[in-house]
Amino acid sequence: MARMKFICDAERCIECNGCVTACKSEHEVPWGVNRRRVVTLNDGVAGERSISVACMHCSDAPCMAVCPVNCFYRTDEGVVLHDKDVCIGCGYCSYACPFGAPQFPAKGTFGVRGKMDKCTFCAGGPEANGSQAEFEKYGRNRLAEGKLPACAEMCATKALIAGDGDVVADIFRNRVMTRQKKGAEVWGWGTAYGVAPKG
Amino acid sequence: MKKLIMTCAAVAALAACGEKPQTTTGAGKDMPAYTGTGKAYAVAGWKQGDKADWEAKLKARNIYGQNEYVRTD
Repeated sequence: MARMKFICDAERCIECNGCVTACKSEHEVPWGVNRRRVVTLNDGVAGERSISVACMHCSDAPCMAVCPVNCFYRTDEGVVLHDKDVCIGCGYCSYACPFGAPQFPAKGTFGVRGKMDKCTFCAGGPEANGSQAEFEKYGRNRLAEGKLPACAEMCATKALIAGDGDVVADIFRNRVMTRQKKGAEVWGWGTAYGVAPKG
Repeated sequence: MKKLIMTCAAVAALAACGEKPQTTTGAGKDMPAYTGTGKAYAVAGWKQGDKADWEAKLKARNIYGQNEYVRTD
């Protein structure tokens, strides 16, 4: 198996925020923390593009490089995870991450920064797979249940794909070949799905 | 007086002995995902702990769940 990867098809994403909702619901993510979010460029203008962004589980992750307490680790599948028992909530990872993935829950009256929280590729954390402690700290471990991340499996337009990098790349390549078009000037249903809408 | 000074010096010298080590050990050891959760909420037909079958199940979810070109003309 290659590395686990996300890819978001900007031609298909319709900014429904279904992925964001699926993530928050699946992992019971607290208020103020969004492990995933949808970013839209040229909002309201014809040809606008949206893309769903979370931790990209980088092969050479800058968060891992800057963490002073070495709380990050990478699984055999290439998923970048962290240990909340080691994290000191310093925030260096959030400055280093180009995607703004690390989130910090504001706890207490004065908004004291809590331990870092981020997308886990639905792979939990260092606690025992499927345990209550793992769920409370990191959310559900769908990967250990033989399932893919909830955000991708929930995506109605199949814009967000997640899984083995080789398989994901094949799916995306097949789409691009089916569209038979290229360039930023083409957009719409026919471009995204390879066929014109009926009627 | 001399006794007091000696006591204070001994207390000061031993003060560091009460410090806890602040070195970190890094992230804890994680279990591989293919080992499963041991619970019922797993994908149907997969024997938890079977790595090859786990990879096959994930691939099938990718192909049949996320690639509609294999399901339509």
